[in-house]
Amino acid sequence: MGFKNLFRHETTRHRALSTGQVVPDSARCVQCGICSFNCPIGIDVRRHAWTGEAVVNSRCLTCGECIARCPRGVLRFAHTDLFAEAAK
Amino acid sequence: MTRHLILGMGVAGIAAAESIRATESGAEIVLVGDDPFGYYSRPGLAYYLTGEMVEKQLFPFTTADFQRLNVRYVKGRTTKIFREEHQIEVDGKNRVSYDRLLIAVGAQAVRLTIPGTDLEGVVKLDHMADARHIQQLARRTRRAVVVGGGITALELVEGLVAQRVKVTYLLRGDRYWNNVLDEHESRIVEKRLEEEGVELIHHAELTEVLGKRGRVDSIRLLDGRTIKCNLLAYAIGIQPRVELAKDAGLAVDKGILVDEHLQTNDPDVFAAGDVAQAYDPLTGRSIIDSLWGPAREQGRVAGLNMAGRKTAYLKSPPFNVTRLAGLTTTIIGAVGRGGRDDDLVGIARGDSETFRSLPDAISAQSGFDVNHLRLLVGEKTLLGALVMGDQTLSIPLQKMIAGKADISPIREKLMAHDVKIADVVVEFWKEWSRNFVVT
Ligand SMILES: Cc1cc2nc3c(=O)[nH]c(=O)nc-3n(C[C@H](O)[C@H](O)[C@H](O)COP(=O)(O)OP(=O)(O)OC[C@H]3O[C@@H](n4cnc5c(N)ncnc54)[C@H](O)[C@@H]3O)c2cc1C
Repeated sequence: MGFKNLFRHETTRHRALSTGQVVPDSARCVQCGICSFNCPIGIDVRRHAWTGEAVVNSRCLTCGECIARCPRGVLRFAHTDLFAEAAK
Repeated sequence: MTRHLILGMGVAGIAAAESIRATESGAEIVLVGDDPFGYYSRPGLAYYLTGEMVEKQLFPFTTADFQRLNVRYVKGRTTKIFREEHQIEVDGKNRVSYDRLLIAVGAQAVRLTIPGTDLEGVVKLDHMADARHIQQLARRTRRAVVVGGGITALELVEGLVAQRVKVTYLLRGDRYWNNVLDEHESRIVEKRLEEEGVELIHHAELTEVLGKRGRVDSIRLLDGRTIKCNLLAYAIGIQPRVELAKDAGLAVDKGILVDEHLQTNDPDVFAAGDVAQAYDPLTGRSIIDSLWGPAREQGRVAGLNMAGRKTAYLKSPPFNVTRLAGLTTTIIGAVGRGGRDDDLVGIARGDSETFRSLPDAISAQSGFDVNHLRLLVGEKTLLGALVMGDQTLSIPLQKMIAGKADISPIREKLMAHDVKIADVVVEFWKEWSRNFVVT
């Protein structure tokens, strides 16, 4: 099927497979729901993108599926920066 | 108790309901909407067509969410506004009264007006019903023609290709989206489409749709050529739905004119989203943004003002993310060359007028096919950027443009030939983001 090249995932997954959390950039989001649809454990990632809150969910596998599937680059993986938090 | 009445259950209407509820917990909120599917992600329709999404997942709000918002929903079309009486009319009969009214009825696709458009198989992509219809037709369609410029036409092309339909894409001009993309960028998109089997015809002027037994059978071009197809999909621009406001004597230009508080010339009537033409105090111009993000933000701010919390809507620098032939593309600031797009008669869907305001800027660029970066370099600051493919740089660039970073130290480097501007930007960003508080 030809079209699959058009929707090849650009995000490399290894970047997501580490400690940290999925962080949305709400301004980019159009609530299409591809992220929630593809979450293997059913976290409503789209809701996080609506409210602007990071996916702080102990069930999150940090598999990076939502990041890779989002067609608009809304989600990224941020390392949990404990030192920056502590410095505030 | 104040009754807030919201016309249109799109993102602007929903955002307004949320901010009214957050501000005035006891207020009565009534939403009137005529889409039989209610509130869903309209941009998501494109991904539904490509098969990346299923229909039932396109709805961001559950019943519980609506209950939490504590809104009353009136299903129906608003047919009239009686400002004197502070009432609206639904479906030509029932009246609903209001204290504050928000008009958030959006925009709709401009109709194609050539002979033959009433044939079965002539389609547009505006609502869920359209997307469903296209999917059904695509199952028994082997060849389709798509006409129009901008993002929606391309989404139609991609959606049909994904349904294994052979697509011919007609463009009036010499390249795709020529008033926003530069030549190189248009060619990247076109080349990728061709690789997927799409046939592009430039300088094509569609004049007629020809049918057989009530269905599309072919189309005719101005030069006399005919192309066999069973489906014609068009996206030639959008039109704000201003009729209600016009009939009610509200100030209307291309959209409903509102001040920075999203208030119309009637202090009890507000407008937000695709239907609104909002005054921008920074530029002194009234602008239509037909984008999801601004619609949400306008809805939010309108809601605050309706609930009595005076708040100005401050337009953020123009910004859009889209996917062009599979490439995530971020457009920040003014990147277009101005002028109009010959492929569109209305406003471009998912567009902001500001993308095309001609900046006093020189363009610098680098990158190959899939990862492409173009910067519009002003005297001391970056005025715009277009990032195609890898999005690593788009957030830094967004912040540098919004924060008016002084790029004098790297300006010459950016303008030099055979320099990787991405590298220059990264180096600069490291330094700049360390010294400035970036929010
Ligand atoms: C296929 C497609 C792709 C898109 N892609 C993008 C994108 O990539 N990025 C982006 O930023 N934007 C995109 N958009 C645009 C985006 O969807 C709109 O900017 C946004 O939906 C505007 O929200 P709104 O609430 O102002 O209007 P709408 O979403 O249009 O909502 C208005 C609602 O009012 C209802 N209504 C209309 N008239 C009446 C009436 N008389 N009475 C009662 N109800 C009425 C309508 O049925 C509708 O439900 C896309 C749109 C489409 C269709």
